[in-house]
Amino acid sequence: MLTVEDVVVRYGSATALDRVSLRAEAGEMVALIGPNGAGKSTLVNAISGLVPVESGSIVTGGRVAQVPEGRQMFADMSVVDNLVLGAWRSGDRDPSRIFDLLPALRDFAHRKAGTLSGGQQQMVAVGRALMSDPQILVIDELSLGLAPLIVADLAVHLRTINRERGTTVVLIEQEVGLALELCSRAYVLEAGRITVSGTTEELADSPAVRAAYFGGLDVGKDIEL
Amino acid sequence: MSDLITYLVSGVALGCTFALIGSGYVVIHRVTRVVNFAQGTFAVFGGFISYSLLDGTLPQGLAQLVTVVACGLIGLIVGLVAIGKPGTDPLIALIVTLGVSIFCAAVFITAWGQDPISPPGLRGSVSILGADVQRQRLLVVAATLLTFVALSLFFSRTYAGKGLTACASNPRAAALVGINVRRMGFMAFAVGGALGGLAGALISPSVALSFSSDLPFALSGFAAAVFGGLTSPGRTLLGGIVLGVTGQLVAGYLDGSFQTEVALLMMLAIMVVRSRTFVTEEAK
Repeated sequence: MLTVEDVVVRYGSATALDRVSLRAEAGEMVALIGPNGAGKSTLVNAISGLVPVESGSIVTGGRVAQVPEGRQMFADMSVVDNLVLGAWRSGDRDPSRIFDLLPALRDFAHRKAGTLSGGQQQMVAVGRALMSDPQILVIDELSLGLAPLIVADLAVHLRTINRERGTTVVLIEQEVGLALELCSRAYVLEAGRITVSGTTEELADSPAVRAAYFGGLDVGKDIEL
Repeated sequence: MSDLITYLVSGVALGCTFALIGSGYVVIHRVTRVVNFAQGTFAVFGGFISYSLLDGTLPQGLAQLVTVVACGLIGLIVGLVAIGKPGTDPLIALIVTLGVSIFCAAVFITAWGQDPISPPGLRGSVSILGADVQRQRLLVVAATLLTFVALSLFFSRTYAGKGLTACASNPRAAALVGINVRRMGFMAFAVGGALGGLAGALISPSVALSFSSDLPFALSGFAAAVFGGLTSPGRTLLGGIVLGVTGQLVAGYLDGSFQTEVALLMMLAIMVVRSRTFVTEEAK
């Protein structure tokens, strides 16, 4: 479970997050959507403890792991080493459980992470985050720079992880169709504030969200999961 | 011919010392992005501490081991001073290490005096192709090669070593997986201190050290590290040996006072030639 309550984060005089509140129940998949510069990554980093919070509280019901925007590989190290380092906090350094969950990783386990394609790197980033056996997985831009078919494949894996391990997933996405398709609830963050929240069905039907993010088009029709 | 062999072997031994000091620069710079100008100071500490310990206190071998551990601790203290404050800019930390090295010169004079000192080393010599070569110089080469093998195994096989490599590769990702990057920086300074101390302990029986020996060591070690692009311990070893041999040939056939100038010229030439590569490596 994750509870963010009235969190304020400032960079100097600029307010990045202004009394942001968000909640994700155990085993739930929650989306956080919003335009560039809305403060999504700041919220992710605050949840991960990388950014200090000025006021408010963040309560996590277990270990939090983050799949960062841009994958952030240890480029000169092998995939296995990338995975093993993901267990820095947890202690169980055997990556075989991740290979069972994401079998495709075995095919390039000993290649340097920097030589992999974007989709392969994203899979390594997810696997590395799972190595710490987190109760909460925060994913910052799963689909960024990836082809739709690869995103769909990753989304299937994400559902499996959520279903089989009961991991709470907070998905930060600009690809709103994907976010609403995968998650049961969503929050819209704009200029550092939560402006809309509700079930993904409610948000998909919301005229404001449709106008802002879909130009009035049907939601979730472009991605087959 | 025997003169040439002597110059070559002593050059390789001296170059190994530069390589050990240079690899300290590399380890610290990779993890913290700080160019540690107290690296030569660690070598002087190594020579002086082993001198004190070998003055009837401890036997050979054990004295050098204690020296390396002590210099590792000194490295850790320098690291705490240089990057202990969160968010310290690498340029500020560089200046702090420079200040530490100046302060340490006063410590050297207070504790060990102003005269050059040299602890006893391995006695005797062996004949190589007709040239008499000190056993101590061969010990320097063997110990350096063993140290580089150990370093390679440490970084590639141990979890702490992989953590240090991860911090060098991507500090943000390292922080995300829970690695305390700043603490790893302290560890890098401790490793750098140990490497510098080992260099000083190994070379001081052949080359007497004084309180002002840190600067030539720092310059030569830095030149070797620059040869390795401040990233590669292997190329730093090669750079150190090239520098040591060149310096000994210059000293043997021309003038010994040109050795430091050779190091400086070589560093300058490498930086000019490799400037494009540095930019690429930094971008990576």
